Amino acid sequence: MSQSGGVLSDAVLVARKDLLLERRAKIGIGQVLPFAILVLLLFAFALDPDRGILKLATPGLFWVTVLFSAVLTLQRSFALEAEDGILEALRLSGMSPAGIYLGKVTALTIELLLLEAVLVLGVAVLYDTKFLGIPLLFAIALLATLGIAGAGAVYGALAARLRSRETLLPLLLLPLLAPVLIAATRGCEVSLEREAMSGWSWAALLGIFALVYLTLGSFLFRPLLEDA
Amino acid sequence: MSAIVHLRSAVALIGRFPALAGVNLDVHAGEILLLRGPNGAGKTTLLGVCAGLIGLSTGEAVVLGEDLTTNRRAVRRRVGLLGHDSFLYQDLSVVENLDFWSRAAAATVADGRAALDRLGVASRLFELPVHSLSAGQRRRVSFAAMICRRPELWLLDEPHAGLDSAGRDLVDGLMSEAATSGATVLFASHELDRAEHVAHRSVTISGGVILDETPPSTETRADS
Repeated sequence: MSQSGGVLSDAVLVARKDLLLERRAKIGIGQVLPFAILVLLLFAFALDPDRGILKLATPGLFWVTVLFSAVLTLQRSFALEAEDGILEALRLSGMSPAGIYLGKVTALTIELLLLEAVLVLGVAVLYDTKFLGIPLLFAIALLATLGIAGAGAVYGALAARLRSRETLLPLLLLPLLAPVLIAATRGCEVSLEREAMSGWSWAALLGIFALVYLTLGSFLFRPLLEDA
Repeated sequence: MSAIVHLRSAVALIGRFPALAGVNLDVHAGEILLLRGPNGAGKTTLLGVCAGLIGLSTGEAVVLGEDLTTNRRAVRRRVGLLGHDSFLYQDLSVVENLDFWSRAAAATVADGRAALDRLGVASRLFELPVHSLSAGQRRRVSFAAMICRRPELWLLDEPHAGLDSAGRDLVDGLMSEAATSGATVLFASHELDRAEHVAHRSVTISGGVILDETPPSTETRADS
């Protein structure tokens, strides 16, 4: 724990710094968002001849797009920490590794939720999707995004200093996030079919995934930071 | 008097290469020690060991009273390291970097601004992103980020690199002030004319071992 006040204050400090970096560099708006919209468009072009399939596949296509975009966001977030000796500086700072981890997860979650909000509009326009169970969809988006960011930050730190991190990160991360993808897709399918009550069980499952990833990440980040 | 840095038969491996191959060294409080030696001699590794960033394979290392063989993390917040890297976020401005690193080290934002003033970083540069600064300006900002931590042990790797003549004089003055106020300074430099003037003592390191030691200069000590 740092002298400044502990895990929470370190997490706030790191989250604010990461969001400030995004505001300055505009990688999310300038590169990740256009990439995500492009993927949605390509799916629309590929499946447009059969609108039925496109409508059925909408939740899956949405979450696959989010996962691909999350990988790009994670790579950027941890590449910054690997440049100019920043990892050494973080180790020297005395900040709590759990605080650094939770700060990065918070910033990633906020960035991905904003991306998802824009993608929801894209899905509504391109795939002609009507959103019905809004509270459930919001809960699923929040919990799935926490799970993605929680697991992603662990693997982002693991891959940060590897020369092959661009290819290694998706290879490590995507299999781990398969349960999140499945649960988020099923939850969204259910909510779009107006069976909102049964959809909450998927939200609960996503909550458990997020809790497990965040707990493990908080403990694993110290050795990951030391070995990075 | 107990040593601030106490190394005995210190061996540190980088991969499988012994970057330090049995170093014996004592540095006392208020001392400025110059590490001399060719490229690849082990100077940077020695500074990394003292900062608690690089672990020893064998040997003893006690820095600021902390046994680094059992706990390397304990010493980190008490040292300041100026390395080859800037330790700065390139997309953040000068003050944003200083605000972040000062708060991270439990210092205040005012400490960060005072350090920038001390390093002579002009206020018109404060809002510029670090990537737009010259190498010398970046070096001054890195130095400011280090001193705002108020470290007890200064570990400087080529502190004069990239600086103009005024900047080099400023760095020399800061090292002397730090030593006068009780901090200890270890620095590696290839600019021997300048470095030997400010240092109280120097050691030559080559091949991961200390070859010779220049005894303290009473004249230099008196000057400082």
